[in-house]
Amino acid sequence: MLLNGSGCLDALAAPDVARALDAFVTKTVTPLPRDGNTPVRIAETDVGMLNSIGLANPGIDRFLTLHLPQLELLGVPLWVSVGGFETNDYAEISSRLDDYASVSAIELNVSCPNVEAPAENASQIVAAARLATRKPLWAKLSPAVPDIAEVARAAQAAGADGLSLVNTIRGLKLNERTLRPVLGPGQGGLSGPALKPIALAAVASCYAATALPIVGMGGVRSGLDALEFVAAGARHVAVGTTLFADPDAPARIRMELHTAARERGWNAYEDAYAAAHADALSLRAT
Amino acid sequence: MRRERLSVVANERVGPYTLLRVRRGRLDPGDPGQFFMLEAPGRLLPRPMSLCLAPPDELAFLIDAIGPGTRALCALDAGDELHVLGPLGNGFDLDVERPLLVGGGIGIAPLPFLSKRLGHHPPAVVGFRSDWHAEAAALLPNAQVCVEPTLVTELIPPGLDVLACGPEPMLAAVQVLAPAAQLAWEAPMACGYGACYGCAVEVDGRLKRLCVEGPVLRAA
Repeated sequence: MLLNGSGCLDALAAPDVARALDAFVTKTVTPLPRDGNTPVRIAETDVGMLNSIGLANPGIDRFLTLHLPQLELLGVPLWVSVGGFETNDYAEISSRLDDYASVSAIELNVSCPNVEAPAENASQIVAAARLATRKPLWAKLSPAVPDIAEVARAAQAAGADGLSLVNTIRGLKLNERTLRPVLGPGQGGLSGPALKPIALAAVASCYAATALPIVGMGGVRSGLDALEFVAAGARHVAVGTTLFADPDAPARIRMELHTAARERGWNAYEDAYAAAHADALSLRAT
Repeated sequence: MRRERLSVVANERVGPYTLLRVRRGRLDPGDPGQFFMLEAPGRLLPRPMSLCLAPPDELAFLIDAIGPGTRALCALDAGDELHVLGPLGNGFDLDVERPLLVGGGIGIAPLPFLSKRLGHHPPAVVGFRSDWHAEAAALLPNAQVCVEPTLVTELIPPGLDVLACGPEPMLAAVQVLAPAAQLAWEAPMACGYGACYGCAVEVDGRLKRLCVEGPVLRAA
């Protein structure tokens, strides 16, 4: 499946882009509405992009009454990204989403670099959400940890059905003249090509550590990029920053993905799943 | 919302600015004040540019080379190609009785197309930081020009329907003089179509996504 990275597409503002995906992942929804962070919120770097949007969203009440009914009309499977500031936030929102048949899956954003980190760790959040919903739960993890495979195993033990890898990693850009931070809040999440090798390593490590399906993302710009994520152990691939530059990217990447797989002797890109591990060597960091 | 690969017709110097003229392809020029996302060669993200002029079969953008993306755009040669997405956002409301166009610096960019669409050469006042920058006023008919230390806001008579584009301090000053003015704002923007939430600016105490709610907003 080809998806979007959470926060990288507003399906209501660009429905045709959302329809080109196999599932649409919403921007992270929190218990209460959030305006997000003080501008400036984005900055380009030489090999990526920094953002500090700060989880701007309408809050779960308005999301359910105003946004979800419109999203349902798109005819695309919906994944809802859930965020919060304590474990109970995730459980409460997951519980409320449980009643909506249109929600295919819940992605637990336990790794946004632009808000204060939730007090509890990823496995506690997954465990609490697991008790609150029967929906498939995907844990979105940060690569900024000493051993992401350990976090993945903990998420699996807590009841996660899959992993979304990876969220952005914190970065800083300074104004060339003033040497002050470009972004209003100072630092932001780094995405784009700079993130790709980090994300590939995370996918490979978590594939080797768990049996969970993985959505791989981070700097996917072409079908070959997507195929690399599949080979590293991702069942699904998401596009993020690339959508900003090219709203036609989903159809293009899908076409390139099939071509890239065939050129390398695979009948379908799915056949290249975990090909990077075929020699049984562990890709886990040593 | 359409994205096409267009070829450069010419890149002309206008004072310190560059008028980038590209073939129109099947893109619609849209309304004055709307903008396009221009692929900046060698850069990750495209750059938002309002349309300056719409000659037959062409789209023309006035660009100030202030960073790596705009420098790359200004370095394009005739025959080079770039992806262009648009038109995007909301432009000026042209249903005004006594228009006055107000521009500051590179904020003059959307005004020539706006003047053309309004017709009858509406009056304009434009301010620049130097005589060199003020050469851009040649693109705009019926324009009164001032150069710092004179500020363009000193040239705005009362009672007119102000349509303005310029730096934020200028827009804030215009807003005080003409509370009902239509103001074209600017912010760093990754996508131009509502996806990134990067272009939020605080207007009247509320954060607005300029690309879908603007870039032209009523002051009041």
